[in-house]
Amino acid sequence: MIEFEVNGQAVTSESEADTPLLWVIRDELKLKGTKFGCGIAMCGACTVHIDGVATRSCVTNVGTVAGKSITTIEGLDSAEGNALKQAWVAEQVPQCGYCQSGQIMQAAGLLANTPSPTDQQITDAMNGNLCRCMSYTRIHKAIKTAAGGEEA
Amino acid sequence: MAMRAKDLQGNITRRSFLATSAGAGLVMGLGVVLPGCSREEAVEEMAIDGASLSFSPSVWFEVDGNGKVLVNIAKAEMGQHVGTALARVVADELGANWDDVSIDHVDSDPKWGYMVTGGSWSVFTTFTMLSQAGAAGRTILRDAGAALLGANAEDAIVENGMVSAGGESVSFADIVRKGDISRTFTEEELGAMPVKPAAERTMIGKPARALDVEAKSGGGAVYGLDVELDGMVFAHPLIPPTRYGSTIRSIDDTAAKDIRGYIQTLALEDPSEVLQGWAVVIAEDYPAAMRAAAAVVVDWEAGPTADVNEADLIEEGNRLVSDKSSGVLAVDDGDVAAARESAASMHSATYTTSTALHFTLEPANALVEFRDGKCHIHSGNQWQSLILPTLATALQMEETDIVIHQYYLGGGFGRRLWGDPMIPAALAAKELGKPVKIVFQRADDSRFDCCRSASVAQLDASFDADGNVTGIEHAMAAGWPTLAMAPGFMPDAVDGNGKYDPFATSGSDHWYTLANHRVRSINNDLAQRTFLPGWLRAVGTGWITWGVESFMDELALISGKDPIEFRLAMLDASGKNAGSAPNSVGGAKRLAAAIEDVRDRSGWGRVLPENEALGFAACCGQERNMPTWIGCVAHVAVDPETDKVTVKKIWQSIDCGTVVHPEGAMAQAEGATLWGVSLALHEGANFANGEVAERNLDAYTPLRMADVPELDLKFMESTEHPTGLGEPPLIAVQPAIGNAIFAATGKRVRDLPIKL
Repeated sequence: MIEFEVNGQAVTSESEADTPLLWVIRDELKLKGTKFGCGIAMCGACTVHIDGVATRSCVTNVGTVAGKSITTIEGLDSAEGNALKQAWVAEQVPQCGYCQSGQIMQAAGLLANTPSPTDQQITDAMNGNLCRCMSYTRIHKAIKTAAGGEEA
Repeated sequence: MAMRAKDLQGNITRRSFLATSAGAGLVMGLGVVLPGCSREEAVEEMAIDGASLSFSPSVWFEVDGNGKVLVNIAKAEMGQHVGTALARVVADELGANWDDVSIDHVDSDPKWGYMVTGGSWSVFTTFTMLSQAGAAGRTILRDAGAALLGANAEDAIVENGMVSAGGESVSFADIVRKGDISRTFTEEELGAMPVKPAAERTMIGKPARALDVEAKSGGGAVYGLDVELDGMVFAHPLIPPTRYGSTIRSIDDTAAKDIRGYIQTLALEDPSEVLQGWAVVIAEDYPAAMRAAAAVVVDWEAGPTADVNEADLIEEGNRLVSDKSSGVLAVDDGDVAAARESAASMHSATYTTSTALHFTLEPANALVEFRDGKCHIHSGNQWQSLILPTLATALQMEETDIVIHQYYLGGGFGRRLWGDPMIPAALAAKELGKPVKIVFQRADDSRFDCCRSASVAQLDASFDADGNVTGIEHAMAAGWPTLAMAPGFMPDAVDGNGKYDPFATSGSDHWYTLANHRVRSINNDLAQRTFLPGWLRAVGTGWITWGVESFMDELALISGKDPIEFRLAMLDASGKNAGSAPNSVGGAKRLAAAIEDVRDRSGWGRVLPENEALGFAACCGQERNMPTWIGCVAHVAVDPETDKVTVKKIWQSIDCGTVVHPEGAMAQAEGATLWGVSLALHEGANFANGEVAERNLDAYTPLRMADVPELDLKFMESTEHPTGLGEPPLIAVQPAIGNAIFAATGKRVRDLPIKL
């Protein structure tokens, strides 16, 4: 049995240690906001925070998160997280929306460490997150908005 | 060219319109009143739940006793915010308060009529119908409201969910509760229902947040992948080495038996023959299914296309375009042979595009349950009416006993027009007697994709002694999606020699006036046998316009003319290019106006730094019956050392008639424009040994944020009938980039994706 914390609550998983955290979150804990995209950590749809660090849950074995604190999109309640969610609506970012949980989690990780990122820092931080609808310009703008800066 | 959108409108108008109101709410719908069912009975049944054997209305919208307006949406939501756009068409005409409006995405009940979301048709095909339904609702509410106020209906004003007259107002809620709202309209009355002049619109063309965005900004939106049912098991596909003709010799699951949660492996017999040589691993949870799928060993006898490579597809395309006896004619204006014979000179070029994947970020999935004699399928889908008959064949049951429940689509782009991922889950659920959820891992999603076919196009132009173009002959070969999946929609060729795929031909029938113009559309049979060609965003116009607009640039150069002026001279809106009401009012002059607009906004003709240039291309949208007029300029820089192409900026001037939902429309234009960049420079797949070789993001590499150019996109002011928008802004981007590369380097690129 693996014990860890998700969105502030203690949870346990009976899954085998090499089970991807993504499927534990989605199918055991029923938190469906975290998405399955590529399975090889290259699209970012599965991004969650592990002890505050944006991480691809599709290639993170659940055995490695014992004792750690995980935040998913449903539990993202930090100041920057809420600012991002509001900015996502204000800038009308999502199209199909499937990647956007991961985009927001990745962006929240950026803003937690870099509250006022430059355009280049935003692009560098977000380049690993694929948006198949290609809503990139709005993602970029919404991060600027959430950070309180003006779009360059 | 006969087109689907027109057919669909015909399909709808053949039904009888019935708009009515009754009972506890105002219910506006469309249905067929059958013999033995009085209009009054129909009204009553519609008010109950909207379905019966004798009367099966599709309810467009309802206004309840609290004044809340519910608009039913029979279109798939896959990023285009279609429900918001359609609801605003209704709400504007109705005079509703937008805050009271909500939407519901409905299931595949036959009462909704023909269900398809594709072709950029949704607003185009339903705008008039929904406008008139909204106007009919407004008439009812106005008359009933005026009666409650003791005023003349003619004096009443309907706006913001209120009816006002003589300084007094009554809300929709009070009218529905207290007023006389029992009314019916015949098809003729509804069709004659006057709608608001454009100047009086309050929502169409005005800013509004999309109704689906909030749920999609916090993890709350529910996609097909997210749906669960009690007692379900998971299925993981074991996909054969060829799309067609593979058979299973043996299955050895010895190594899987120790995997916790593994249940069994099923070989699937599919009477519809969509699945050939398929098996699925069944497990209690998905991680177990993934582990077991890796452990089960299937020995297949591969089908006949197991050695086909991308180069073979292109080679066959080259052979076909060179063979004048292949294919059928889709356009045959004037006499290209005579033009060729009398030509002072000729110019020919061959263009190719490689295989491209849909790569919807939500992988293929479906959850299927048999309950109470019905098959319930939970899966986001774009064309329910296309897959239902195939499902009925696969499951050996009546189509009317199969219900597809709709969810948000994690990307469509045409992949979910074909619901084939439902079939393995349905076959397994039928055999196991319990709900089955199939989820494709990414590589399997790519292998089973109905990808955009590789294509080859040959263009031959004749010139007179003065360097004027006298004719163009255009031959093009590709796999045909409509032949594979919906052959009934293929129109007759103009030479009477058969039928052709309109989606794999659109774009060749452009709006440039040419005295002599011939288009030969050819099915690449090798592609057809090797894989299932699909409809990828923009479909044929996406590859055909690559050739047409690159070739126009070549011809302009030969003629010694500016590429834009060269095109404008051919856009005289004469003859068949004059346009017609309501879809193409103004004809080619609309395209000329969009071109002139983008020319001026982009500073066409200005001097740029060395190794940088502007390139131009135009397009006319998805199909001739639904033109979206677009001029596009791309600014590229090419590194002379590395040949790396950087797209610095793209301008597009887009005339799609009335823009219903401006933010949603702009989002579609932005996304489609970037798709154009991605297909031009970043996306390309290769068949290797009968299958797509690039199956995940380590090899298939769509555009990322770092490569996004500056965008300057504009909608032309228009109050004409709305045309398609979700796909057309993709089309001209690719040749505009290619033409810019030529202008910057002198290198003519003729193959997509572009590699210098």
